[in-house]
Amino acid sequence: MSDYHFPRWTDRVRPIMGYAAIIVPIYLVGLMTYAFSADNLNRGYAPEQPIPFSHALHAGELGVDCRYCHNTVETGAMAALPPTSTCMNCHERVRPESPLLAPLHESAESGNPIEWVRVHDLPEYAYFNHSAHLSAGVSCVECHGRVDQMDVVRQEESLSMGWCLECHRDPAPRLRPSEHITDLGWETTENRDVLGMRIIAEKNIHPREDCSTCHR
Amino acid sequence: MASSAIPASIDHEDLFPAALVQGDNDLHSVTETVCGVLEAPKPPKAWYPIFGIAVALLGVLGAMIVYLVMTGVGVWGNNQPVAWGWPIVNFVFWVGIGHAGTLISAVLFLFRQDWRTGINRFAEAMTIFAVVCAGMFPAIHVGRIWVIWWVFPVPNQMSMWPNFRSPLLWDVFAVSTYFSVSLLFWYMGLVPDLATVRDRAKTKARRFWYGLFSLGWTGSNRHWHRYERAYLILAALATPLVLSVHSVVSFDFATSQLPGWHTTILPPYFVAGAIFSGFAMVLTLSIPARKMFGLEDLITARHIDNMCKVIMATGMMVGYAYSMEFFMAWYSGNSYEGFAFVNRAFGPYWWGYWIMVSCNVLSPQIFWFKKARKNLLLVFIISLFVNLGMWFERFVIVVTSLNRDFLPSSWHYFSPTWVDVLTLLGSFGLFFTLFMLFCRYLPQVAISEVKNVMPQAHPHLDDH
Repeated sequence: MSDYHFPRWTDRVRPIMGYAAIIVPIYLVGLMTYAFSADNLNRGYAPEQPIPFSHALHAGELGVDCRYCHNTVETGAMAALPPTSTCMNCHERVRPESPLLAPLHESAESGNPIEWVRVHDLPEYAYFNHSAHLSAGVSCVECHGRVDQMDVVRQEESLSMGWCLECHRDPAPRLRPSEHITDLGWETTENRDVLGMRIIAEKNIHPREDCSTCHR
Repeated sequence: MASSAIPASIDHEDLFPAALVQGDNDLHSVTETVCGVLEAPKPPKAWYPIFGIAVALLGVLGAMIVYLVMTGVGVWGNNQPVAWGWPIVNFVFWVGIGHAGTLISAVLFLFRQDWRTGINRFAEAMTIFAVVCAGMFPAIHVGRIWVIWWVFPVPNQMSMWPNFRSPLLWDVFAVSTYFSVSLLFWYMGLVPDLATVRDRAKTKARRFWYGLFSLGWTGSNRHWHRYERAYLILAALATPLVLSVHSVVSFDFATSQLPGWHTTILPPYFVAGAIFSGFAMVLTLSIPARKMFGLEDLITARHIDNMCKVIMATGMMVGYAYSMEFFMAWYSGNSYEGFAFVNRAFGPYWWGYWIMVSCNVLSPQIFWFKKARKNLLLVFIISLFVNLGMWFERFVIVVTSLNRDFLPSSWHYFSPTWVDVLTLLGSFGLFFTLFMLFCRYLPQVAISEVKNVMPQAHPHLDDH
């Protein structure tokens, strides 16, 4: 029996191996960095809701304050989703006949809540408290974007752990005076870093970075 | 000096050691002996039950890992304050066994110890399989096995990075480096022998597989020249690893501020213990294997005699470390350190301590006697004792230091669960499955290297 020989085509593979040794790791690192990044996986989530509620109309055009509906945001960990009755405060009279609002009236009559789809959904193992962030002076817009301009709410930020840490390590440019906390379009001529440092000094803010801050 | 001038009291063999290859062997018959094992249509009868038991235990290991991952680390006996328990005991035990391979193949090579050629393939294979078993334990010990990649510095969305000040991370690098270098060394040494098997192959499948893995080796001068260079370089690279890997493993303990762990003697003590246990495992494996596969002419009484001496020497180093730990505990005047060691020898785990001392320090003393070193059954039994003793050494280090920590209110008597026991047994299944496959399908002795140390390889053999 003859010896085993590597087939001829393997000679052509050999020079390619050098390039492959360089390109494959680069490709894999690129894949990990971009394709698997939370920036690309989580951003832009905009599910369809049972009622096509437009924040652009209510919060933007009509100027309803965020806290009118999400009323627990300053005192609790959760920013509450409004019950049907909150909507009915106005929609008892405003456009009661609109077919788009049919599920709302149905809910008001039956007492069963409308099943809203959660957009900003943190994992169970991450503890987040809205009131702590608001009282420090972090506006809604820092995490949720210009909701007052969105017809359909979408997730603007990655909500990844690295993204949280970015702000915990350098909170100053994301802080603002408490009175503008829900004014999503608020702007100032003052340098945000200087302003932020002043707020940090006034309120004695120390954002923590240890594991148990968020993973309790 | 003429041989007649040698005083009668000196054993002839001490001055002129026996030939490394015994029996009526020439270059060809060595090839026949080693290749005959893997070319035989069927393995020896004893191979089947051993392999069968090993595979069954491997299945048990798989079941235990599935159960662990599905349920959580609570299935083990680990609990505060003994958070490390058996998985880490087993890790250190296996990684220690994995030390003889590199010592035999690299350090003894650099020191031109010709007797290494008979056992180096064996020992290197054992090293790799032991490190496989060792690497498994920290991986499953993290509990959430799917996030094990956190131990590697991979950029990620959590902005999370391994803590480079932690010896546990050094361990990841030390053990993975050791594994890759050992594997490379072992495989490179195999290439000429695989080519021999390829050239003798009678079936198509054998020709293909052995041909593929022998990488087109033709045995030309240029091949041999490069091979020898590369082997030397790899040996030089691997040599510091013999010292570094188990030193780093000892840092897991030594850098923490726990009485009984926080001592500077730990790195050399661990390295000596690792070589000790590694040689014991080589003996445990080679004594039955040389008989089962008919390799008695290649792995001779002289090899076993030498290994017994290594075991005796390293066993005494370990014994010195045990006593020095006690001396330092007293001499330091530190009451916590003192308590930790009294607790070790006379506390709730006193039996573990005394099993360790009698197996590791006392039992190898019998090797002072040449008769004992020549009695294979006795050597085999002592090697088992050493394996047992070295497992208990790690148990003593891990458990006795942790079970009574600074706060008496948190003291806790650690007991393993049945999952702990079956996982340890299962790791032996993994080890022996790999080892039995190696024995059946790869040349167990480095054919080309053994030929190098035979008189026939000497250019002036005829006009000697």
